[in-house]
Amino acid sequence: MKAPLSWIRDYVDLPATVTTEQLTDRLTDLGLKLEAIHSAADGITGPLVVGKVLTMEPEPQKNGKTINWCTVDVGDANGTGEPQGIVCGAHNFAPGDLVVVILPGGVLPGNFEISARKTYGHLSSGMICSARELGLGDDHDGIIVLPADAGQPGTDAFGVLGLDEEVIEFEINPDRAYGLSLRGVAREAALAFDGTYRDPALRSTPAANGEGYEVVVDDPAGCPVFVARTVTGFDPSATTPAWLAERITHAGMRPISLAVDITNYVMLETGRPIHGYDLDKLQGPIRVRRAAEGEQMTTLDGAKRVLSPEDLVVTDDSGIIGLGGVMGGETTEMSATTTNVLVEAAHWDAVSMFRTGKRHKISSEAGKRNERGVDPTICEAAADRVVELLVELGGGTAQPGVTVVGTPPASPQVRIGYDLPARVSGIDIDSETVVAHLQAIGATVDADADGVTVTPPPWRPDITDPFDLVEEVVRIVGYDQVPSVLPREAAGRGLTRNQHLRRRIGRTLAGAGCVEVVSFPFVGAATFDGLGLPADDARRHTVPLANPLSAEEPAFTTTLLPGVLKAAGRNVGRGAPGVALFETATVAFPVDRGPAPIYGVDRRPDPAELDKLIEALPLQPLHLAVVLAGERERGGWWGAGRDAGWADAIEIVRILATELGVAIETSQTQLMPWHPGRCASFSVAGVQLGHAGELHPQVCAHYGLPARSAAVEIDLDVLMAHATAVTPGPAFSSLPVAKEDVALVVAHDVPSSTVEAALREGAGDLLESVRLFDVYTGEQVGEGKKSLAFALRFRAPDRTLTEAETSAARDAAVARAAEVAGAVQR
Amino acid sequence: MQPEEVDAARDAALAAIAAASDLEDLKRVRTEHAGDRSPLALANREIGALPPQARKEAGQRVGQARGAVNQALAARQEVLEAEHEERILVEETVDVTLPTDRRPAGARHPITTGSELIADIFVAMGWEVAEGPVIEAEWLNFDALNLGADHPARTMQDTFWTAPEGSGVVLRTHTSPVQARTMLTRTPPIYVVCPGRVFRTDEYDATHSPMFHQVEGLAIDEGISMAHLKGTLDHFATQLFGEGITTRFRPSYFPFTEPSAEVDLRCFVCKGVDAASCRTCRGEGWIEWGGCGVVNPRVLTACGVDPERYTGFAFGMGIDRTLMFRHGLSDLRALFEGDIRFTTAFGSEL
Repeated sequence: MKAPLSWIRDYVDLPATVTTEQLTDRLTDLGLKLEAIHSAADGITGPLVVGKVLTMEPEPQKNGKTINWCTVDVGDANGTGEPQGIVCGAHNFAPGDLVVVILPGGVLPGNFEISARKTYGHLSSGMICSARELGLGDDHDGIIVLPADAGQPGTDAFGVLGLDEEVIEFEINPDRAYGLSLRGVAREAALAFDGTYRDPALRSTPAANGEGYEVVVDDPAGCPVFVARTVTGFDPSATTPAWLAERITHAGMRPISLAVDITNYVMLETGRPIHGYDLDKLQGPIRVRRAAEGEQMTTLDGAKRVLSPEDLVVTDDSGIIGLGGVMGGETTEMSATTTNVLVEAAHWDAVSMFRTGKRHKISSEAGKRNERGVDPTICEAAADRVVELLVELGGGTAQPGVTVVGTPPASPQVRIGYDLPARVSGIDIDSETVVAHLQAIGATVDADADGVTVTPPPWRPDITDPFDLVEEVVRIVGYDQVPSVLPREAAGRGLTRNQHLRRRIGRTLAGAGCVEVVSFPFVGAATFDGLGLPADDARRHTVPLANPLSAEEPAFTTTLLPGVLKAAGRNVGRGAPGVALFETATVAFPVDRGPAPIYGVDRRPDPAELDKLIEALPLQPLHLAVVLAGERERGGWWGAGRDAGWADAIEIVRILATELGVAIETSQTQLMPWHPGRCASFSVAGVQLGHAGELHPQVCAHYGLPARSAAVEIDLDVLMAHATAVTPGPAFSSLPVAKEDVALVVAHDVPSSTVEAALREGAGDLLESVRLFDVYTGEQVGEGKKSLAFALRFRAPDRTLTEAETSAARDAAVARAAEVAGAVQR
Repeated sequence: MQPEEVDAARDAALAAIAAASDLEDLKRVRTEHAGDRSPLALANREIGALPPQARKEAGQRVGQARGAVNQALAARQEVLEAEHEERILVEETVDVTLPTDRRPAGARHPITTGSELIADIFVAMGWEVAEGPVIEAEWLNFDALNLGADHPARTMQDTFWTAPEGSGVVLRTHTSPVQARTMLTRTPPIYVVCPGRVFRTDEYDATHSPMFHQVEGLAIDEGISMAHLKGTLDHFATQLFGEGITTRFRPSYFPFTEPSAEVDLRCFVCKGVDAASCRTCRGEGWIEWGGCGVVNPRVLTACGVDPERYTGFAFGMGIDRTLMFRHGLSDLRALFEGDIRFTTAFGSEL
């Protein structure tokens, strides 16, 4: 809401010493938040003066245009007192007229600097201004011709044009719809400075009579009040006076025509949207009803609307002539030839206004006010004010007929105890203050021994609950009075186990050289194509968004890989020689159980209802994705560097599993986006954990990553669920260790983990550890075979092992490997 | 050997030992002056041939001389060995200014570590950290928070809806549904803080993002008032930004709180002194931080908390925004680009 300061002051007497900053500070403290203070002269630098046209010589040009070579008296403003020679392209003025002149050195909006320059064979020293050039509206039909009494030539024109006006822009919260009017802003200003307030909506109006235009309201719930007045003989050529045009321009609206400008002016003044009809285009009585399904109309913005039975419409015998309270229709719109006007000031149901505006995506100044709630008691006053201005400024005649259908709904009463504001705010507030402040906002207060029964003022439909009254009292007392007190100490249980584990996972990954990223979770078919996922891959089954920001990414992701791969590609593109990234976030898998229910709010949903709500939501497991691309270790004076590969990805999973004390099983698998021969699948106690390995070359290429880049994606919920809760203290022997190395030849496709497991099993209890330290393939082991070299360590808790014991254990291990994996000792 | 010859041989040996410059040299000296063929060894051998009365005297003299030589040898050996070791260490000197960046450093994201820092401030007060899903039921995201379907404030939060229309499921627009879940599943007293990802259909630019992060707090107890809200936020601000950094309230509107307030943070750079030239608060002396208020009793009712017995307060602010002004970031997008140069600067704790 933009409120010109002079307009505010029309309705409230403020102390002369109050500065604009003081006013806006106090209004902000009261809840009308200052957005900005504008000067109407923003972007204009003088000298901008009143000039009197002395001579004008029309000079036709070769290009077909005619320019006027003028001499203009600008008083002493040019320093010489001599007439100023100016070339002007407009023709809507004559010698003797007062005009607005910007002299060389001045600047117009858009940083347009004015200087004396040669044009059309003359030295033009300045410019005669149009309204648009000064940012005063769109009127570009000609230059501004000032009234004859505007001032002496040379007078500063800022004041003459109202450019010295300060305009306060407020951010109006949804509960303070009354702040969308000068009436409301001035009321708050009066409250702030205890100034005398003159309510612009308080006026005596003619009583309803039977002579008015016939109006029938079929839906009094949707339209509780409908007031109609008529003005005839309005002069359609009458122009909007400058003061009115300036005010509505400053308030952020565009002057259109006198009749429309008047309805907008009264809306800004009172907050009550007004609609004007061309009376001559109306056929028969006006009716207000709900639309029938599929009915159509064209609103005055030219849009064809298909209506719903929830939409309130205004009709006459010709059909629908308006979308009630939201936007008028094309057929009965006021035009440049309208002479007879029907003024509608109606109160509409706010919820209906909100729904209709939303349904038809109409955002209008009228709709904005109607859907937030307007004072229902001022329809007659607002209509009367419009009639007054149409008569006064447009030469019309007010017809005696006054139509008033319905009565304004009463405000609901709200009761609070005297102690409630103090209890809720923590400020000492006595009962006198409670009563005084509620009266100050315009409420009717019925005080008794324990508290007050309050009838909120009609412009405050937001006040329905006891706590609403508390806020009113406290904002006037002042939020700065709220003391600062810590609540009692709660006996909290600290972080949950999973919260601790997540921190541990993050630190472990950072310790392993990985950098965390945060990505957007939006994906589309192209994202999955980039990962090379087959058409039937489960990860393509996403939770779709109804209103995605981008049509290419219309769904919530099932995998974190696209995010980390994109970020890795970005880093590589920016010249990083190596990058290790990780991300932890939830992904989503649809459950397809139908819509989530919407319950009432008058009570807590019962447990079964809550379950139903939760079950309708997608599954949202916490995932981890890691990408390792390019240098994993840098080269340097110590030797060559080393690029990341499949094993680094698998190592990340092993490091995490070790950190959390989880035993994981690893197996070979094939899954995009991984290399078909280099992808590991992990599970924990039979539950799928995730995958790691080298990325498919096509995927590396797609994301601009170096060949052999590797990646991980695992389900952290699964990992954390299996984390060791309380680690048992390890027992170990300090007796001498016995070491045995064995080299076993197996078929090339036998997993080393199978051989290792067999060795463990066969070696028995004396085995302390087994570690594969070499893999060899080549002529010596033969085609299709590989040699795996393991270091076995044996140790007993109670004695030094004999050579015989160690050998026997080793032989048993090898024998088991032979049995299970066909291993042959080399 | 004459006594003076023994003395001479001893002196010659001592002089040679003293003159030995390294262990190699000393080894040669040892052979020459203390070895089997050294003059003193020969003299020792001669003693047996002497007459008995002379034997004792000569034995004593030669023995003393050899003792002195051996002692000197041992002492010199020790000195030279120490010198040798020292020299090796000196020779092993390296250039310690060589780069040692073999393993690139990892880091955690400041949004993660910032959320933890905030959570820890509250955990230290006995609060707990509550969490919920980012794809949330419409009822929990809106209705339960006094944001019914026809509430104009719903349009204040541009919402991502999941398809099909009428799914009743949204990408949560704030972390407030976590508050609702907490009230629905626990009994007061409740003191929880909820950090997390939220979504709005904002175009992505330097100060807006379709995904950002919030932290909200909720306290439900008997006798809770705005004063406790102020005390908690003042404490939070001081912990995060330093001594003397407190908050102020301005009236505002949120459907889930009544009374509602915007909370401003005292500018931690200029502290409100000489604000005019301050680039952090742009001359305000205060920084807009978030929203807060007393939990609307309608919300308590919908979530099964007795509004006659309990009152509560709630607050919420953007984590990303808080980090932006705490760390002087000018472009929000730096948080979501994943450039390792940005993130590694923050290490693994904030």
